[in-house]
Amino acid sequence: MPQFSVFRYDPDAGTAPRFDTYAVPDIKGMTVLEGLFYILEELDPSLAFRCSCREAVCGSCAMHINGQYRLACKTQVGALKEPIVVRPLAHMPVIRDLVVDMTQFWANYRQIKPYLIPKETPPAKENLQTPEQRKKLDPHVDCILCAACYGSCPVASGDQNYLGPHALLKALRFVEDSRDGATSERLAIVAKDIGVFRCHTVFNCQKVCPRDLDPTGAISKLKIKILVEKMPFLKFLDR
Amino acid sequence: MFHDIVIIGGGLAGLRAAVEAGTMGADVAVVSKLHPIRSHSGAAQGGINAALANHPDSADDTPERHAYDTIKGSDFLADQEAVIAMTSDAPGVIYEMEHWGCPFSRLENGKIAQRPFGGAGYPRTCYGADRTGQYLLHTLYERTIAVGTRFYEEWMVLQLVVGDDKLCKGVVALNLSSGEVELIGANAVIFATGGAGRMYGNTTNAHASTALGMAIPYWAGVPLKDMEFIQFHPTGLYGSNILMTEGCRGEGGYLINKDGERFMKRYVSEKFMELAPRDIVARSIQTEINEGRGIDGKPYVYLDLRHLGKARIMERLPGIREHCLDFVGIDPIDEPIPVNPSMHYTMGGIDVNIDGESKTKGFYAAGECCAVSVHGANRLGGNSLLDTIVFGRRSGKAAALYVKNLPHKPDEKALAKGFEQFKAWQADYFASRGDENPYHIKKELNDLMPTYAGIFRDGESLKVGLAKIRELKARFKKLRAIKEIRRFNMDRVWVMELAGNLDVAEVVCLGALARTESRGSHFRTDFKTRDDSNWLKHTLASWSPEGPKLSYSEVQITKYQPEERKY
Repeated sequence: MPQFSVFRYDPDAGTAPRFDTYAVPDIKGMTVLEGLFYILEELDPSLAFRCSCREAVCGSCAMHINGQYRLACKTQVGALKEPIVVRPLAHMPVIRDLVVDMTQFWANYRQIKPYLIPKETPPAKENLQTPEQRKKLDPHVDCILCAACYGSCPVASGDQNYLGPHALLKALRFVEDSRDGATSERLAIVAKDIGVFRCHTVFNCQKVCPRDLDPTGAISKLKIKILVEKMPFLKFLDR
Repeated sequence: MFHDIVIIGGGLAGLRAAVEAGTMGADVAVVSKLHPIRSHSGAAQGGINAALANHPDSADDTPERHAYDTIKGSDFLADQEAVIAMTSDAPGVIYEMEHWGCPFSRLENGKIAQRPFGGAGYPRTCYGADRTGQYLLHTLYERTIAVGTRFYEEWMVLQLVVGDDKLCKGVVALNLSSGEVELIGANAVIFATGGAGRMYGNTTNAHASTALGMAIPYWAGVPLKDMEFIQFHPTGLYGSNILMTEGCRGEGGYLINKDGERFMKRYVSEKFMELAPRDIVARSIQTEINEGRGIDGKPYVYLDLRHLGKARIMERLPGIREHCLDFVGIDPIDEPIPVNPSMHYTMGGIDVNIDGESKTKGFYAAGECCAVSVHGANRLGGNSLLDTIVFGRRSGKAAALYVKNLPHKPDEKALAKGFEQFKAWQADYFASRGDENPYHIKKELNDLMPTYAGIFRDGESLKVGLAKIRELKARFKKLRAIKEIRRFNMDRVWVMELAGNLDVAEVVCLGALARTESRGSHFRTDFKTRDDSNWLKHTLASWSPEGPKLSYSEVQITKYQPEERKY
């Protein structure tokens, strides 16, 4: 029977955080999320964790599993070494057990103005966008805002005001959109001291992203765009 | 706490209602048990229907043709004016989503791309790869940030407060982080809580998609409509029931049995094949399985995409490929996908009209939790995302007009009374009277629903199912004590969800037992044909202490007379 070692903490209880150990049944194809449900339903109904879609789309269940930030729903128990050590996402306050307070994460996301600011009054029908223009968004629009990258980021760990890989990736999503007219405004936001130049380029975010996106690359791209805006003769860099 | 309008649910319908009512000047708040981005709308894959006539093969598509396909797909149980309103609104709301930034896939000429979908005469399903729901949800959430919508994130509504004057007064909600139960006063409440898939164990739906959002208004005296119509999606991934979009077949995917035969040819015409409506394809697959033609005699068939080629799969169905790799270790470029029909959608829900209004003044609903009804007995693929946005917008607008001249303050007296009732009810409901494990009851309900109220049902199975649900309800009264924890008390949350699932599952079975005909998704093996002379009517179920009370209401038939439904 696979052993789970799960981080437990209730700030109300006045006791220190601890790890509780549970044995879950050995079922082929079982995911870590299913293991957590087994614990909740059969062993310990006091366990707290977030989840919803169980298919790696909603982004609820990012947590730290055996040394890596991952989605519990798409992590197979059978692929992990035992005991399976489950902790909450890092550097966000713990509400209880595996549930963290993501207020700062969302506040940072809001700072980059995460909505299309149209170039011009929209036409009666759709804006036209070529497949090539649309393709430029592919590396960015699949982000599910699960915060695995944010949890893994050493800069976010040191400074909660750092916008973070998720917000910066989202900023590039709008900068790259042929329909958006607020590039300068967004570049100015991410060029601030809490923005792209704080990134240490350690690639943690890229490594952990459950959607295989590349926030590190996005941050580098934003840096180049900021440079090019100041020094247009460098335009050859922005490809 | 008070807002002119409180919207329950942060999925597409709720967010669209919030944007509409907010831009009309109403003070709006969205209360959502999940962060809105986590809503199950985001899991929708294949697309959203609108007669844009962008696709080369759909040049002469029109909203009228979309309406006819929808009504025929509904097996003539849809209200026709509602359908016509939805399909007429469709192009406009899609353009609006595009203007707000939705990253739809594009045709070479730069217009929104469209693909064929089941039961549709033209390729009219607009899509963003196979992540259309995610793109729409993120876009609408972004829009709420742009317009400054107020959110109560991770607040779970537990009760609707209706005053003695029969007007809606607000809700009682549990703040999950703090564990506090709070009153939120409102002149109008819009429920947009999504579907109830988690009554069934074999569902494509998220854990959060329980029937509680339907049960709360039902307990408060709002009837549920047409709950016996449960959609089984033909292609859920075997084992986990994770959705394999109809877009797979829209892009040209085949369904094959153990003999390698494209068996749909034996059930529908060559024109439709795998793209017949979902009820028909699901029954066909189940028939293959029941007659021993599942793969290796097991209860699944293959969804075969291999002939589409790597480039097309990577471009149009990247999410499907990822799901297959992640959850069954299969690459659909090289191997066929094992699939079975999976419970997917509730056509029925809270009884509302074309503007989301219920018969309780000030109470509205939009999206999957309600039945307008535009889907009737069977929903066409691509119409649910459309439903959320069209009727989210309409209900937001109607609620904003309704609250405009009402006093902008809570009815303290009615709310206080509601809160007292709530406390008494909860104390009684959750009093520990035994040692039943709620999760065992949940598991048994999940197992029994597909068995007794599944794709094929008959009087006998439904009676057994109903009796079993009632046994579970009796056992629910003997629960072990609920954990007493303030912060993020999952035990309390899941027990509450179970309470909703039990009561609504009872409505499903009772409605299905009463309806002695087969129509759309409701297939009775003891009454195999549609019976318009007796059953061309909506089922309404009202809560009573003795159990659901059924009554019936007229189907609105204006333009299209019921005819035999052939594909």
